[in-house]
Amino acid sequence: MDFNFTEEQDMVRDGLTRMVRENYDWDTRRGVVASEAGWRPEVWAQLAELGILGMPFSEDDGGFGGGAVDSMVVMEEFGKGLVVEPFVPTVVCAGGFLKHAGTAAQKEEHIGAIVDGSRVFAFAYAEPRGRYDYANLETTAKKSGGDYVLNGHKSVVIGAPWASHLIVTARTSGERTDKQGISVFVVDKSADGVVTRDYPTVDGRHASEVYFENVSVPAEALIGEEGNALPLIERVTDEAIAAQCAEACGAMKVAHTMTVEYSRQRKQFGVPIGKFQVLQHRMVDMYTEYEQSVSLTYLATLRLDADERTRKLAVSAAKVRLGQAAHHIGQEAIQIHGGMGMTDELAIGAYFKRLTIFDSEFGNVDHHMKRHIALS
Amino acid sequence: MNLEFTPEEVAFREEVRNFIEANYPKHLGDTGLREDLAREDFVAWHKVLGEKGWSVPAWPEQYGGTGWTPTQRYIWSEENARVNALMPLPFGVSMVGPVIYTFGNEEQKAQHLPGIRSGETWWCQGYSEPGAGSDLASLKTTAVRDGDHYVINGQKTWTTLAQYADWGFFLCRTDPDAAKPQEGISFILLDMNTPGVEVRPIKLIDGGYEVNETWLTDVRVPVENLVGEENKGWTYAKFLLAHERSGIAGVARSKRGVEKLREIAGSEMLDGEPLMSDLDFARKVSQLEIDLAALEITELRTLAGEQAGKGPGPESSILKIKGTEIQQRLTELTLEAVGSYGTPLYGNIANVPGDAGSNQYPIGPDYAQHAASTYFNMRKTSIYGGSNEIQRNIITKMILGL
Repeated sequence: MDFNFTEEQDMVRDGLTRMVRENYDWDTRRGVVASEAGWRPEVWAQLAELGILGMPFSEDDGGFGGGAVDSMVVMEEFGKGLVVEPFVPTVVCAGGFLKHAGTAAQKEEHIGAIVDGSRVFAFAYAEPRGRYDYANLETTAKKSGGDYVLNGHKSVVIGAPWASHLIVTARTSGERTDKQGISVFVVDKSADGVVTRDYPTVDGRHASEVYFENVSVPAEALIGEEGNALPLIERVTDEAIAAQCAEACGAMKVAHTMTVEYSRQRKQFGVPIGKFQVLQHRMVDMYTEYEQSVSLTYLATLRLDADERTRKLAVSAAKVRLGQAAHHIGQEAIQIHGGMGMTDELAIGAYFKRLTIFDSEFGNVDHHMKRHIALS
Repeated sequence: MNLEFTPEEVAFREEVRNFIEANYPKHLGDTGLREDLAREDFVAWHKVLGEKGWSVPAWPEQYGGTGWTPTQRYIWSEENARVNALMPLPFGVSMVGPVIYTFGNEEQKAQHLPGIRSGETWWCQGYSEPGAGSDLASLKTTAVRDGDHYVINGQKTWTTLAQYADWGFFLCRTDPDAAKPQEGISFILLDMNTPGVEVRPIKLIDGGYEVNETWLTDVRVPVENLVGEENKGWTYAKFLLAHERSGIAGVARSKRGVEKLREIAGSEMLDGEPLMSDLDFARKVSQLEIDLAALEITELRTLAGEQAGKGPGPESSILKIKGTEIQQRLTELTLEAVGSYGTPLYGNIANVPGDAGSNQYPIGPDYAQHAASTYFNMRKTSIYGGSNEIQRNIITKMILGL
């Protein structure tokens, strides 16, 4: 049993802390989020230069031989700064599919380009009527000669406006909710028939509705086995959940610290409000929720390579508990900040909003509670 | 970073498991929290452990400790919980023992430590007083020096299992004029058979007599029984409370409790289906299990810190708060699971007619019999050992710095 980070991981953390401090002060972030681009390719290039984008890939694949714990370190720092750049869609999701199921040619083509920052991905899996069920798919991919032809509508594809490529889930056979017949493709966003409608999200990122209208992709676009992609999708999304849990931990930590600081300065009835026991105990409960969240994030991260049931139980436990903690800490932070917490000017509101949206990504509390129950 | 135990730790677990299997007194069975246990029941396992040299695992080796790492001690407690073993009472082993070997003189160590190790001496704690509660420093019991004796007068309360105790450790005010209430308190060992000591059991809401009022009237105690320095008792009391709090999370016991809850809810029926397949109920069990997993990793993180040489800090207050909340929710859910057979007052039900000599309860399933009383009893956990509100005050001060 060992809860220590390696020297390299500590160094990565220190480097990222500096990078986030330099690039992600509150005013700069507000400006970037409000800008038309909504992100900074130069920050992405800097991440590539620091080796961050190549960390979780094996050396054979052109990466630096790290793993899930490294992604956890990165995402926690991103969470502290509310970094919007698409590490999860590109490195964790697309990278995960390629790493676990890509052919040598696919790895060759894409992983190097992820590592050097030249290729950005988005993960198009959700659909308007599918909610959190990865198998509930209306998007189809029909074989036609040597190609597949994609048709369908993917909703709220995070980071798609910035992406050059998409990872797309689609049904190659079977009925709408069958667990079999699901396949995964890598699609060039500039392919004929890919139509996107871009928009900002409430938590400062950008997303798209993505429509596929007879989009033809070659057979080489298929990642993994045709029709049998559900276990692969579950594995990769579990990895994404663990990474986002780390991000939420970072955001919770800052939200809590900001709240404690604020309670030291804001005076009412002649004393700092932090002197009131009723508020102290509420901030203690926030702190406790944060520590429990860190523990379950470790558990989920360290169980990603375990057998499927163990992995899913740990990931769902984390997603349930962190979803609850994210709501709790976010809401309490706003309440204790009082009217100031309602203003767009203070950073605390942005943390609250990111923590709110965290719950609904890759399955909310109720969804993962049911998965946990089904496995128990 | 990894969660696996080392091969040495796995081997250690095996050794412990085999030892418990071979030596845990069979007649104690799956005792859990039964109220009908006698002093001999409590002492039985302690004696076996004393002979093996495992009764005071956390003590320094020179005083008979095992030299186990915090992780080994955790494995030890897990393995005991697996069979729901009745563990040695904490008052000697975890509380007064460490105070004596840390602050006591050589005579006190020689006189008291062997009896604690072997389980021969039963200790009780004289801290709380009526009207003081978690405001421990406001205690009023006085010890006045008279030649080579202290004369103690006052009243203690919540003295756990004092009706069986041979010795007690008491906090008494030796300097009523001290500037602060924390000053002027002394830590005194008291032979419970001294004239003037009167113990009156208090009946609790669970029907048991776990705690007592202890009246002290002109009790004469030799000055040799003072531990450490006069008027410095608060320091020792705080030291003791920090020891009490480590291990208070009760993760291993609660894990066993959740397993048991799943068994119960698997045999109780609702609308023709096992209760466990009801989504509302299953959700509560999963929530409990998830919170328990978080607590377990938090405790392991604390242990890892301890192993790296950091003492149990204010983080142990988290373990106390979450651990006791989970214990309480577990017993509440167990009571909910047993349904209407949680209602009979089992202690008052006579044996089955014609089955003279049987001590089997006739009403409902076995697992229902202690569900209510255990739930009632466990409300104490968020009150004792420094109430959970006090724990929050500790975190407020020590961690949040407010």
